[in-house]
Amino acid sequence: MALPLAFFAVFFAYPVASIVSRGLKDGGQWRFGRIGEVITDPHIGHVLWFTTWQAAASTALTLACGLPGAYVFARFDFPGKRLLRAVVTVPFVLPTVVAGSAFLALLGHGGLLDELWGVRLDTTVWAILLAHVFFNYAVVVRTVGGLWAQLDPRQEEAARVLGAGRLAAWWRVTLPALGPAVAAAGLMVFLFTFTSFGVVQILGGPRYATLEVEIYQQTAQLLDLPTAAVLTLVQFAAVGVLLAVHARTVRRREATLRLVDAARTARRPQGAGQWALLASVLVFITLLILLPLAVLVLRSFDGPDGYGLAFYRALASAGDNGGTFVVAPLETIGNSLAYGLAATAIAVVVGGLAAAALTRREGRLVRGFDALLMLPLGTSAVTVGFGFLIALDEPPLDLRTSWILVPLAQALVGVPFVVRTMLPVLRAVDARLREAAAVLGASPLRAWREVDLPLVGRALGVAAGFAFAVSLGEFGATVFIARPDSPTLPVAVARLLGRPGELNYGQAMALSTILMLVCAAALLVLERVRTDRTGEF
Amino acid sequence: MNTNLRRAVVAAAVAALGLPALAACGGSGDKGSAGAGGGKTVTLVSHDSFLVSDSVLKEFTKQTGYTVKVVKGGDAGQAVNQAILSKSHPQGDVFFGVDNTLLSRAFDNDLFTPYEAKGLDRVPKDVQADAARHRVTPVDSGDICVNYDRAYFADHKLAPPQSFDDLIKPEYKNLLVTENSATSSPGLAFQLATIAKYGEDNWQDYWKKLKANDVEVVNGWEQAYNERFSGSAGGKKAKGDKPLVVSYASSPPAEVVGVNPLPKESPTGVATGTCFRQIEFAGLLKGAKNTEGGKALIDFMLGKAFQEDMPLQMYVNPVNEDAKLPEVFTKYGAKIADSQTLAPEKIAKNRDQWVKAWSSIVLK
Repeated sequence: MALPLAFFAVFFAYPVASIVSRGLKDGGQWRFGRIGEVITDPHIGHVLWFTTWQAAASTALTLACGLPGAYVFARFDFPGKRLLRAVVTVPFVLPTVVAGSAFLALLGHGGLLDELWGVRLDTTVWAILLAHVFFNYAVVVRTVGGLWAQLDPRQEEAARVLGAGRLAAWWRVTLPALGPAVAAAGLMVFLFTFTSFGVVQILGGPRYATLEVEIYQQTAQLLDLPTAAVLTLVQFAAVGVLLAVHARTVRRREATLRLVDAARTARRPQGAGQWALLASVLVFITLLILLPLAVLVLRSFDGPDGYGLAFYRALASAGDNGGTFVVAPLETIGNSLAYGLAATAIAVVVGGLAAAALTRREGRLVRGFDALLMLPLGTSAVTVGFGFLIALDEPPLDLRTSWILVPLAQALVGVPFVVRTMLPVLRAVDARLREAAAVLGASPLRAWREVDLPLVGRALGVAAGFAFAVSLGEFGATVFIARPDSPTLPVAVARLLGRPGELNYGQAMALSTILMLVCAAALLVLERVRTDRTGEF
Repeated sequence: MNTNLRRAVVAAAVAALGLPALAACGGSGDKGSAGAGGGKTVTLVSHDSFLVSDSVLKEFTKQTGYTVKVVKGGDAGQAVNQAILSKSHPQGDVFFGVDNTLLSRAFDNDLFTPYEAKGLDRVPKDVQADAARHRVTPVDSGDICVNYDRAYFADHKLAPPQSFDDLIKPEYKNLLVTENSATSSPGLAFQLATIAKYGEDNWQDYWKKLKANDVEVVNGWEQAYNERFSGSAGGKKAKGDKPLVVSYASSPPAEVVGVNPLPKESPTGVATGTCFRQIEFAGLLKGAKNTEGGKALIDFMLGKAFQEDMPLQMYVNPVNEDAKLPEVFTKYGAKIADSQTLAPEKIAKNRDQWVKAWSSIVLK
């Protein structure tokens, strides 16, 4: 527990505390009166209300859409399943500028809905909610599906044999077992949507603002640090309440479960009902996720002389945009992969150790630590980015221009995913197995390796996949600290989009397409690794 | 597996706890700071849009022996704010990219050491905003203006608008998309232009009329230009339907860069009577480690090599009167005669209140 604690103290608590205290101090004096002023501002109240209800609505919608998907991915075998599971995760890594633009092709002027039925949803709250489903669908499918696939189906079957209806068996047997995973997924989706920034800015238009948007404006544009500090505290408080509620509900539900090899639980759909379910999930994925992605891919090939590879060729040459990236945009793939792998390694180790510590120990302190680990998800990237800038500026911690800052910032967002994916599975491992191993003479490490690791190998794969995807897509904090000679893919895309001209726009689309491919390929590789491991038992 | 695991744990422990040492190694092994000729490094802090050709930087190293390292952070506003926040330990020697809308904030926070750059005599007086004290040196200027889609106005046999007054005429109803003043610097500049034009008492009336004429507002330039505007390459693909957009005077030449063969004219044009003049400055950061190198760099930024490189890299105009514009600019760009402008102190003083007033008129 010492390592994760040190990690969070140095790279999260210290920078964030620095920027908040800078805002709340005036000439060495604390100015807490500012808190009252900001909180009672009706505009802020309005923003807080909107932030909360849209996050709640988005979470409910994402769960409603995602749970059937999780079931289908966990229990059915169908061709292309692995590929599709990787693809639905792709939106997760896309810069919101790019994904927002693709989404507009679906909902906006001249979009599919507009052409079919004359319906335009851009600048409505529906666009925000649907985009949140688009971005977070994979969170539900992967977090819940990961556990679901390992639940022994015989338990549900036993309930059926004993006379329970299909629905009753699911409601009484499967859902309680899935509870912690559903709660974990819901919590993450809520945190993500609660701190939503790009989606609200792009799809909602200037009339909608979340707390995150407000913090960003106060910090980055107006340099009103006192207001930003108060808003950050408000955000912390809201996230804290949420985490407390989550911890209460989960603790009541968690129990050890009988986990089995995922490969044995999935089979071909049988009967019209199951086929219909599979078909409707596939149609949903096609419409909401594949279609916007396809629009981006299409635009990346739509060059000045008709469809072709012109933009991809331009990406390979540093020549024309000479200093744009100092290096050819294509080289940003290497940067992103290197940063992503480093961030994944940090996140898996820190998050894994934290999850292991949380499984073993109980008590208030540990639960507080659990909540602390989730806080980065509920913290504005601009707060973290600026916090790094003012906190890590003196030796021995002058890291402002060091490459390590990028994977560290990315790992900060990755760790909560690792913890939340690992915890339900780790807690489901029967402690008696470990005890048996210990009785038979295994050291704690050996017991962990022989008992826990094979059982959680799959979750570890899911966790690593998430951490990697998150770090590939992380933009908010990275943009402040990425060194110009080694930008990441999303930063490069944003820079290209910020410049007029067909070549820049096309290259941005092409680079986004590459980002999608890199993400999907990386996830496929990770999935392969993890099936090899789970095959051991 | 066991050894792998142990290795991973050790690696992470090193990563998390042994960082200072690691970072120190990273710093000294940094390719960027190792001078080509064994010379010293001068660090330039700037915003994300800063660009310069490699060959020009090499020229600087050849002339002075200094190697340039560039540190970028966010957009113009963010970069200035970061420089202010890290004032006690500046990230570099020279800051470039503070414009006239942000200049007062930089002065109020005492960011710069005065330095009178060599070559200022070739820079027109009207862009030298701090001529008395030389805390900052003007480096480039650019205009934010309404751009129009030539094809749209040709198809509709309508003359494109030329002035602010045109924009509120009924024939241009529902055609303009602009950016949110609170979130976008071109959006703010356009608002400032109307304040300069109509005065502090009347600009709100103008915006009420613009609102009645169905002006659309989005949060960022990228959305306005790449999604909603019908004249840009991106907007055509995204089926944008607004033939008027608030963008830069340099956007039309940028639209033809890389197009082969070059068209007769750019697909977009500039409404020359709707412009706001933006000037970007460079300054020597207080607490700079390499003051001499910083001064040399500022001198160099006013020189012909750098000034002639800027237009195609950053789509801005040189301030050095000897610098020539590239052909694509002279051929496809518009000459802006009478840009609006406002004193930096006035902007700093009223900015918040103006943006609030604007929001309540336009976004309600």
